[in-house]
Amino acid sequence: MSTSVVVTGLGVVAPNGLGAEEYWSAARVGKSGIGRLTRFDPTQYPARLAGEIHGFEAEEYLPSKLLPQTDRMTRLALVAADWALEDAGVRPQELPAFDMGVVTSSASGGFEFGQRELERLWSQGSEYVSAYQSFAWFYAVNSGQISIRHGMKGPSGVVVSEQAGGLDCLAQARRQVRKGTPLVVSGAVDASLCPWGWVAQMTSGRVTTSEDPAGAYVPFDDRASGHVPGEGGALLVLEGKEAARARGAKVYGEIAGYGATFDPKPGSGRPSTLRKAIETALADAGVEARDVDVVFADGAAVPELDRIEAEALNEVFGTGQVAVTVPKTMTGALYSAAGALDVATVLLAMEEGLIPPTMNTEPAERYGLDLVAGHPRTTEVRTALVVARGQGGFNSALVVRAAD
Amino acid sequence: MTGRRVVITGLEVLAPGGVGTDAFWSLLSEGRTATRGITFFDPSPFRSRVAAEIDFDPEAHGLSPQEIRRMDRAGQFAVVAARGAVADSGLDLTDHEAHRVGVTVGTAVGATMGLDQEYRVVSDGGRLNLVDHHYAVPHLHNYLVPSSFAAEVAWAVGAEGANAVVSTGCTSGIDSVGYAVELIREGTADVMVAGATDAPISPITMACFDAIRATTPRHDEPERASRPFDSTRNGFVLGEGSAFFVLEELESARRRGARIYAEIAGYATRSNAYHMTGLRPDGAEMAEAIRVSLDEARLNPEDIDYVNAHGSGTKQNDRHETAAFKKSLGEHAYRTPVSSIKSMVGHSLGAIGAIEIAASTLAMTHHVVPPTANLHAPDPECDLDYVPLTAREHRTDAVLTVGSGFGGFQSAMVLARPERTAA
Repeated sequence: MSTSVVVTGLGVVAPNGLGAEEYWSAARVGKSGIGRLTRFDPTQYPARLAGEIHGFEAEEYLPSKLLPQTDRMTRLALVAADWALEDAGVRPQELPAFDMGVVTSSASGGFEFGQRELERLWSQGSEYVSAYQSFAWFYAVNSGQISIRHGMKGPSGVVVSEQAGGLDCLAQARRQVRKGTPLVVSGAVDASLCPWGWVAQMTSGRVTTSEDPAGAYVPFDDRASGHVPGEGGALLVLEGKEAARARGAKVYGEIAGYGATFDPKPGSGRPSTLRKAIETALADAGVEARDVDVVFADGAAVPELDRIEAEALNEVFGTGQVAVTVPKTMTGALYSAAGALDVATVLLAMEEGLIPPTMNTEPAERYGLDLVAGHPRTTEVRTALVVARGQGGFNSALVVRAAD
Repeated sequence: MTGRRVVITGLEVLAPGGVGTDAFWSLLSEGRTATRGITFFDPSPFRSRVAAEIDFDPEAHGLSPQEIRRMDRAGQFAVVAARGAVADSGLDLTDHEAHRVGVTVGTAVGATMGLDQEYRVVSDGGRLNLVDHHYAVPHLHNYLVPSSFAAEVAWAVGAEGANAVVSTGCTSGIDSVGYAVELIREGTADVMVAGATDAPISPITMACFDAIRATTPRHDEPERASRPFDSTRNGFVLGEGSAFFVLEELESARRRGARIYAEIAGYATRSNAYHMTGLRPDGAEMAEAIRVSLDEARLNPEDIDYVNAHGSGTKQNDRHETAAFKKSLGEHAYRTPVSSIKSMVGHSLGAIGAIEIAASTLAMTHHVVPPTANLHAPDPECDLDYVPLTAREHRTDAVLTVGSGFGGFQSAMVLARPERTAA
């Protein structure tokens, strides 16, 4: 029997709330963080809405020496990790260094930092490029910086699989705990809301050009026209269940099961493998479909993708037989961070016994889903499934079980 | 060892000096170097103007015009190397259920080259902060997310199992293969197509390494520019390339009569939690990674016949690593040959770890240890047997390969003949 791996701390940085408490008080009542982009003037671009984090002043939380060497996504990740450790009641400096690891995901690295240095390179010359460009933008930077800040020398890693990455990194963190590392900080933060990142994101063909914050990102709706990009994410503290109990930690819930597959090449005529990922996760958790109280769906808001996801869910759970929600309609798609934030949201939902709503969507009947739309639903949540899908064909599914 | 054991049954290398495993091994075993003056762009504004470039013609390697257009160079490398590894393995992947075949791709800097080029266009040479989306190529999103490499590899080989990019800076290559090994061991996959790729030789990369003086300015002698462990070394030579492997569970590989190159017997990664680019001279965290990987392989330091070093050719690395070997291998560190192939193929960031696994595997195949080229006057603080200048015939049944990277990552992997590690 493998070690049960549980979550003992949450650190959330989201467009609709900084900190798990503020985030949950917004998410539980359907308060959205989506609005017109303010970081730069989006007038010239087809897409103009984003889930931005407002009021985050990194210098309030981080030493000044870290600021010149960090992209926004890293600052947010460092703060989220601080909060997660604090929430878990863990003081890293008191633990053996090799007993702590960091496994994060990132979809696209520190793009804002990258744009600034590319601008210097091409407009001024190579000698103007920051020494920090050698690491500040790359995909491994959040794991590296968190490990340095907290003296964590155990197994660390970085998994990149676009929007599926947030679940893949939690699964990798669970592996490390099972192999004997007592504590792993894991999750993801993405933030690429700079003009360069914006233009690159738009070429995905999945970003909505709607200008109505209350109707732009509407998965499983006939009006679906793509997602709104967001920024932020969540870092979690994972520990073995026995060890967490032994130190008297508060246990939010268990990372109980995981499955991942990859879709066949478009045009191959072979079906999506999403269902297989979900079934693998359920089997890994040792739960039946009927035990699942809620599904946090990927909710791409692209009709073909919504159809595939709804079909997989209906095949596994029976049409309309399980509650489905997409809280990222309040934050925008957070890419690698989406899965991590969804897991944090599940744990908060379990604590209160309330499923946060999918906002703005008018569920289209053809999908056959029991979508928790418009209003939260009060109900006990003991077992939840989180689905995350990465562009290119990445499918990940993760089962979260409530603490006993 | 209990449980499922993982072996390499196919490999392919794209490295400077010649595309393909044979060309790669010729270069290493003859001790030739593939470092040269940069030809990809005008290097004159840069402090470091030398690199290890590959003469690579994607079309000649079977990529279609559309594949070439939508993939960054590093993605092209990955697809060619992955296909080559599958062909080398003789494995018919359709004999396995597609969802039991997975992919991992290591990369440190993803589609840097493509991003650098496209940024220049959409910003009109850095002039526009509000970059112009009308000039964005449709595949720019593939460059934004390096996971596109893993998608391309999966499509190329028909894998529908677990799939991810592993990106831990310069240990990405080892960590990608190590991640794949864990997936087979735990039963998530039966076959993994695993490897790494990077193609970082681009102005933005040269500029940021110039800024921290990590790369060598020795452009007057480009072919002798990479000098790990030598007292005259003054930085690494940026390289590019890819290596991929087919990994299988030992018993199923044996059942199909596969050629088994080596077992991946042990793997571990640790962090120095010290500095994003700096290393403490004591090498304690790399030593710990080595100790754990030997433990997992159930081997003693004395069992290691060859150490494939990170050997980047920076002073801090060479000393850090030498200390780590002494700390983890004890007296045996002085007796076992240690060498750095970066002296010949440069440092291809996230790819090099996989390329070095390939070199380690081939050393076992041939019982030949590749040399450290350009090592004429060893740094007195680096006092191990670094196999200077010429390859050495040497019975090689177990190899330790290590990597060290920005972010503080320190990884170690032990390869061995499967019969040797049978408990």
